[in-house]
Amino acid sequence: MNPEHAPIIQMKNIEKHFGSVIALAGVSVDVFPGECHCLLGDNGAGKSTFIKTMSGVHQPTHGEILFDGKPMHFADPRDAIAAGIATVHQHLAMIPLMSVSRNFFMGNEPVKKVGPINFFDHDYANKVTMEEMRKMGINLRGPDQAVGTLSGGERQTVAIARAVHFGAKVLILDEPTSALGVRQTANVLATIDKVRKQGIAVVFITHNVRHALAVGDRFTVLNRGQTLGTAQRGQITPDELQDMMAGGQELVELEGSLGGTV
Amino acid sequence: MSTTSQVTDERVKEMSALRRWLIRPELGGIVGTVAVFTFFLLFATDSGMFNAQGIMNWSTVSAQFVIIAVGACLLMIAGEFDLSVGSMIGFSGMLIAIFLVILGWPAWMSIIVTFILCMLIGAFNGWIVITTGLPSFIVTLASLFILRGFTIYLPQTIENKTIIGGIRDAAEGDWLAPVFGGKIGQGIFQWMGDNGWIAVFERGSQQGKPVVEGVPMLIVWAIMLVIIGHIVLTRTRFGNWIYAAGGDAESARNSGVPVNRVKVTMFMFTAFCATVFATCQVMEFGSAGADRGLLKEFEAIIAVVIGGALLTGGYGSVLGAALGALIFGVVQQGLFFAGVESSLFRVFLGVILLGAVILNTYIRRIITGER
Repeated sequence: MNPEHAPIIQMKNIEKHFGSVIALAGVSVDVFPGECHCLLGDNGAGKSTFIKTMSGVHQPTHGEILFDGKPMHFADPRDAIAAGIATVHQHLAMIPLMSVSRNFFMGNEPVKKVGPINFFDHDYANKVTMEEMRKMGINLRGPDQAVGTLSGGERQTVAIARAVHFGAKVLILDEPTSALGVRQTANVLATIDKVRKQGIAVVFITHNVRHALAVGDRFTVLNRGQTLGTAQRGQITPDELQDMMAGGQELVELEGSLGGTV
Repeated sequence: MSTTSQVTDERVKEMSALRRWLIRPELGGIVGTVAVFTFFLLFATDSGMFNAQGIMNWSTVSAQFVIIAVGACLLMIAGEFDLSVGSMIGFSGMLIAIFLVILGWPAWMSIIVTFILCMLIGAFNGWIVITTGLPSFIVTLASLFILRGFTIYLPQTIENKTIIGGIRDAAEGDWLAPVFGGKIGQGIFQWMGDNGWIAVFERGSQQGKPVVEGVPMLIVWAIMLVIIGHIVLTRTRFGNWIYAAGGDAESARNSGVPVNRVKVTMFMFTAFCATVFATCQVMEFGSAGADRGLLKEFEAIIAVVIGGALLTGGYGSVLGAALGALIFGVVQQGLFFAGVESSLFRVFLGVILLGAVILNTYIRRIITGER
């Protein structure tokens, strides 16, 4: 969106076939640093397949992925993570019985060498965790607080803060607000805003138009494996987005019978 | 919307010191240990339970429990069980005896080869569990029977008996055998005996020697395993992986934790602990029997649970497990000293196990904030 920046990820004409099923039939999306790019679509529209292709879980059947202007072929998610593409899944990679700081550094534990042995550097881990969480607006009782005591929104925030701390350039959020209450959703959306301002590209997957409009800079709607185009903020109304997602006509009839907006 | 969460959340209550203590996994073990010692100090002091010999008696029994409990504890935190611990004790002891006495290998070689074989079996258990996705409970139940079967079959086929003796003579003068069967600190005990602080033999060939010669290596191994296990679990990166693997294997994998490697390593460590137990035992007794280690797997698991670990994995403490094992040993021997019918020990065991599991479940709710 910002012309000074080149897109960090360009997905060109991505197709993905699973046997005889065509999950994606030529989807093109550009993601720029510092923008929140909302990916909307109803269930089965191909959102999940698309972000899995972006994060290296699936290889596209056809099409090209450019990362920082160079063609990329991610063999598996580890490659994508190493390149700076982090995904925060609906199913969070968080362990309720473990402390926030142990969770924060899970798989990336800081070590301090004492003699020949590498020890887990708890002081550093605790300090960083508290700092990063404070930046995201969450005041922990302590770094040893178990993740199980956090609310759903707070857990999302820990996952996002973790991805950002470990150098994500592109943050893919897979329906982070779908299971949350109003206030918690607001907190997660605020977190997305903070992350975007740090120059990180956020790909926000949702099927809730209001959540998308609250933070999105651009909106791409997927329907039946195809893009219905990308719209800029301010160029599109919530109703238009809603219609595009649901495929138009049927929803209008449904809305009529329900007597309001869905 | 970003300002509202800047201030401290007024709904998060400060945690009371009591509650903070309550969620430490060692709590049950500490309370139990204090209770058990108070009880026996009150009711069994004059039975000789707390003189040098008595202390050595229950420490040795406790140390046996500790050795297998450390292995079972780390494995349980990593989310798996090993029911083959008891059979592994019998099997590894028998292997040492066969290598040493029947095949005539040097003791060090018999011990090292046995350790390698048993850890490979442990790794195999782990490999089956992670590749099939079956509960480790069932997989190691199979190992329990397979290993016990071989432990009886091998000596019967080779020697026509189920106990192989002559180990002490065969291991005489070996450099590795004393690491398991030896004693340390003889000088200190002799000195304490000379000063009249501990009892000495009054007559016979041992006259003037203290009734307790030294600390058996079994106890040294137990203490070492607890210290190493505790440090690895709480202070290293691998320890974090152990918690993660048991807490939620899928989430751990998503975060780049090598869950399979962690689990297989823990199965191998459990086998290692069982083999340490067996090696100490055969070196001390001088024989290997086909029925050694019977029911030890359950005793290890009970000690771990008393020590505060969750059966579902992801939470627990090596120190707690060690205290659980200590309670176990002290009560088993203490009831004997106090002259209580020994069958009541099982009643006690069942009651304390039930109590510990209920307490642990309650504590888990506090930690995770479930209601």
